[in-house]
Amino acid sequence: MMNASATLDPSAPIESVSRRREILYFAIRRPKVLVSGAIILLFLGIGIFGPIIRPGDPNAFVGPLGSPPDSTYWFGTTSFGQDVFAQFAYGVRATFLAGFLGGSIAAIIGMIVGFVAGYTGGIVDEVLNMITNIVFVIPTLALLMVVTAYLSARGIVVEALFIGLTSWPWAARAIRAQTFSLASREFVDLARISGVPSPRVIFFEIAPNMSSYLFLTYILLFGGAILIAASLDFIGLGPTEGVSLGLMMYNAVAWGALPLGMWWWFLPPGIGITAVVGSLYVMNVGLDEIFNPRLREM
Amino acid sequence: VGRYFGRKLFIYALTFFVAASIDWMIPRFMPGDPVQSLLSRSHVTPEALPALQAYYENLFGLDKSILAQYANFWGALLHGDLGRSVYLSGTPVTNVIMGALPYTLALLVPAILLSWWAGNKFGAIAARRKVLDNGFLPIGYILTAMPYMWLAIIVAWVFGSVLGIFPISGGYSFAMEPSLTLAFFGSLAVHWIMPFMSLFLVMFGGWAIGMRNVIIYELDADYSRYLGSLGAPSGLIRRYAYRNALLPQVTGLALQLGVIIAGALVTEIVFGYPGIGKLLLAAVQNQDYFLLQGIFLFIIVGVLIANFLVDIAYVYVDPRTRVGMRGGAA
Repeated sequence: MMNASATLDPSAPIESVSRRREILYFAIRRPKVLVSGAIILLFLGIGIFGPIIRPGDPNAFVGPLGSPPDSTYWFGTTSFGQDVFAQFAYGVRATFLAGFLGGSIAAIIGMIVGFVAGYTGGIVDEVLNMITNIVFVIPTLALLMVVTAYLSARGIVVEALFIGLTSWPWAARAIRAQTFSLASREFVDLARISGVPSPRVIFFEIAPNMSSYLFLTYILLFGGAILIAASLDFIGLGPTEGVSLGLMMYNAVAWGALPLGMWWWFLPPGIGITAVVGSLYVMNVGLDEIFNPRLREM
Repeated sequence: VGRYFGRKLFIYALTFFVAASIDWMIPRFMPGDPVQSLLSRSHVTPEALPALQAYYENLFGLDKSILAQYANFWGALLHGDLGRSVYLSGTPVTNVIMGALPYTLALLVPAILLSWWAGNKFGAIAARRKVLDNGFLPIGYILTAMPYMWLAIIVAWVFGSVLGIFPISGGYSFAMEPSLTLAFFGSLAVHWIMPFMSLFLVMFGGWAIGMRNVIIYELDADYSRYLGSLGAPSGLIRRYAYRNALLPQVTGLALQLGVIIAGALVTEIVFGYPGIGKLLLAAVQNQDYFLLQGIFLFIIVGVLIANFLVDIAYVYVDPRTRVGMRGGAA
């Protein structure tokens, strides 16, 4: 036992450095990862710097009514003279925030449930499985719309919290399955026999061995939270203050941008969401090919 | 098989129980007083407020004990009584939803089945043609990443506004009354095409990508390679791989149901299609909580029924579940 850990330890740092270099080596040679990463960074930049370029209330009536894009109003104005670019920039920021918070909360719950169920097994596993199945079958959006409708003042944080609380089940299932297969490996047995407490085994033995898998799961949860938030906003159950991309689409439809042909109003929010979520999905596939050498040759 | 379905049915019954209980709990345990917030948003004269307050408290049954309220809720629910819609001046919620349900089902059922079928076929074909694969993959990812309502907006804009082929909004011509005439059904069909098309497209992308990824994996599996080394025609290998690849796609159908239904709701909103989605928007805008909660329960029931149908289909496509259940292994 001592011997095993002694031979393992010195090699560990070298291995992790070379592995990081290996991942980087393949990452910069993967157009999928490069292009999707660039798109995400671009939109992240818009979300961070856009509101700085256009300070003030994005809903303020500043420009001419319903004018197409020009040099002053890059994305044109709405029928009420609001600056579409300002709304877009704040909306992208809100989108990332919703994805980050919602995805993170869902990932944390999914990991806790998945690790505990997969590692403990037995009756705990059964109970957690049943809870997972129940939350799984209840359609997220349907539950969210009832809950949020009763909140008179909503912010992005509250919205993201509820999204996180309802969208974790598939992640929990996937992580449970992975944990289950790892839990019977020898190095985990070794740790368990040497009296390492369960949380330590999970965090220091099991989790690092599926870190790439956890990261991929997180990417998908992030993208999913963005899409759910957009749908909620579109029904009118999003944040009561401020702007979001879903709300922009709702306003565009509600105030007749379609029959009026005001494409500059309804195209940008959809492009923003599609580009960010699509890039996340493609990045997920690209990273999978990097983490998983078997997929590289394809 | 009986045990398999018994277990599934138990989970579904439990889910319905939990969902209905949440439905009951939310107005009572959310921060704030639902009656007060309803009153503050209602547009009545100050003299009418006390009467309205008494009416709402009676409706929620707030004057009784919490357990009695819960029992009453289930009693009413099992009689199909979901309360009355405030915004449609007191029409029973069940009737309101029943009136909108056919439109939603007419959109959803064909869109789900056709996109699943076509997406699987297309994904399987794309997986073995490099050119098709490279061209389709980005499009497929863009389609799945699109919010349903945005694709609906684009479809409405291109075909309705720019090209002017189809009407942008409504379930039938505004000049018509629902009737059993040929003209009315024609109008229904013309208004149905665009919402159907946009739902179909988003789902099609998802199924095709899913199928492509699974079939590549299956074509690489030992049994495929073995068949290949025996000199079996590639058509035969592909047919075996396709049947195996269908299994995760059937499961995927169950997993995606919630997302698909949400997508149908927002698509209806874009097209002003008179289904559950439009009703939902009206309920939200008018703070019609009974209607909202009724819609929630209807969606839950719909999802549970659909899940059960998928379970039945799974037993049909996967012989292992049949054998395994008889042996009692799984």
